[in-house]
Amino acid sequence: MINQVYRLVSPRQIEITYKDETIATDKVVVRPTHLSICAADQRYYTGTRGEEVMSKKLPMALIHEGVGVVAYDPEGKIEVGTKVVMVPNTPMETDDFVAENYLKSSKFRSSGYDGFMQDYVFLDRDRLVTLPDDINMDVAAFTELVTIAVHAIARFEQKSIKRRGTFGVWGDGSLGYITCLLLKKFYPTNKVIIFGKTDYKMNHFSFVDSTYNINNIPSDVEIDHAIECAGGKGSQYAINQIIDHIKPEGSICILGVSEYPIEVNTRMVLEKGLTIIGSSRSGAEDFKNTVEVYQRHPEVVDYLSTLIGEIHNVSSIKEIIKAFEADLSNSWGKTIMRWKI
Amino acid sequence: MIYAGILAGGKGTRMGNVPMPKQFLLLNEKPILVHTVEKFLLNSRLNKIIIATPKEWINHTRDIFEKFKINLPTIEIIEGGLDRNDTISNIINYIDESYGLNPDDILVTHDAVRPFVTHRIIDQNIDEGLKYGAVDTVIEAVDTIVESQDNEFITSIPIRNHMYQGQTPQTFNIMKLRELYSKLTDDEKQILTDACKIFTIKGEKVKLLRGEIFNIKVTTPYDLNVANSILKGSLDK
Repeated sequence: MINQVYRLVSPRQIEITYKDETIATDKVVVRPTHLSICAADQRYYTGTRGEEVMSKKLPMALIHEGVGVVAYDPEGKIEVGTKVVMVPNTPMETDDFVAENYLKSSKFRSSGYDGFMQDYVFLDRDRLVTLPDDINMDVAAFTELVTIAVHAIARFEQKSIKRRGTFGVWGDGSLGYITCLLLKKFYPTNKVIIFGKTDYKMNHFSFVDSTYNINNIPSDVEIDHAIECAGGKGSQYAINQIIDHIKPEGSICILGVSEYPIEVNTRMVLEKGLTIIGSSRSGAEDFKNTVEVYQRHPEVVDYLSTLIGEIHNVSSIKEIIKAFEADLSNSWGKTIMRWKI
Repeated sequence: MIYAGILAGGKGTRMGNVPMPKQFLLLNEKPILVHTVEKFLLNSRLNKIIIATPKEWINHTRDIFEKFKINLPTIEIIEGGLDRNDTISNIINYIDESYGLNPDDILVTHDAVRPFVTHRIIDQNIDEGLKYGAVDTVIEAVDTIVESQDNEFITSIPIRNHMYQGQTPQTFNIMKLRELYSKLTDDEKQILTDACKIFTIKGEKVKLLRGEIFNIKVTTPYDLNVANSILKGSLDK
């Protein structure tokens, strides 16, 4: 069959390409239904990744956050119509010690490898996780973002000292919101503090124990562990603030992507004996754990629904562009594309 | 029930001196018909996909689906008719005999030689077909359309904004189509090469549905070259 793939060919220009696929393979065929735009997609869409990266990675279909329904399973194991979340990381090998999302050989969709903006997506069986049938698909669309926090917290559990105490989360965007929410669910008796810079955004964090504006943190505020979700230039300020307020032997999980190298107060990292845990993307296991969280704590899905910024019905390239442009001018929340193309 | 009727009745006279009908010619090493049917198989709303092909090519059709490991109970292969409407009639008769007809049943008819059809086009045909009873997939006319009744001089030049080019799928309420077709005189049947025209001529509304410029019909050697180039050009990237 001829599969339409909607690829970014140059900044703000999306074109259709056609790929010959066959349904009689070992892959499961999924019809994408709800896609969510990520900041990483926007860096390609607007061309801010820089010319060298752009020329190396384009043309490429964007979007790595998405859900759909199974259209065909050659082995007949998954019923047609089953709602699934698609895992964008595609490992090419297995390793006993290194997680699939850190293997250099792994392919990641919408980063040098076609993302989910396609008529149909052909996936290996272990690259999809079944969703509850009654799930809100607009929310489930950005499950991949939730798995980032789930993955980071799992790594924190493995690598940090055993005292939990108080958590501090830097960054009042979508990832900060999700991280605070999950920390409150996983550690209900511990305190979670959000450190952000935009008051109206922090007003959304109704479930945290305290809220501080980063320009006005009292000097006696202390945290046991921190998760940085600021990204960009902000990560430097965030990490150094964390180092000032964190207790000895605490862990700092870094989740925010910075385009350029940043300066870190290593003197205090040494003096306090801090553990810095880097964390990037996620693997199939994290998707399974995230869907389990949805089932165990259905209220999480309700909280997540407040993160939806705009929903766009997309049935043409013009409407894809409209959704990406609207997302750029949206200061809060995720932009969801209902994929009707 | 929602049926798809794949019109593979052509014998490919327009393709010139080729050994087989155009629907069996290869697009990137796979028969065009297989490409098309695969797209329909992925739409789970379709209960049956009926492929109508010339009698002498029925075995060949079965063989190629077997060869490409598409051996599914959803697919049925039947004999086509003398022309387009005759083929559609055969499909309807087959449905009637095999499953009986219900007032809500619709038939999404599609040219076997339009393999670039998308999920959206099929899905919207089903939605609008259930709603309006007759749907035609079209694109806005790019070129100016010129009418000539004597094949020598222009009779008229219609306003381009009012002109569309017909594609497929075309979707019909089956009982309605059968009723209208039975009312046609033999002369009318002769000139009605398009099933949507049957609805229009009898004063029934036909809903327009946005097709795609790339939803081309592969009927000439030139089209086949274009289709192969589109596909192979994309594969290189």
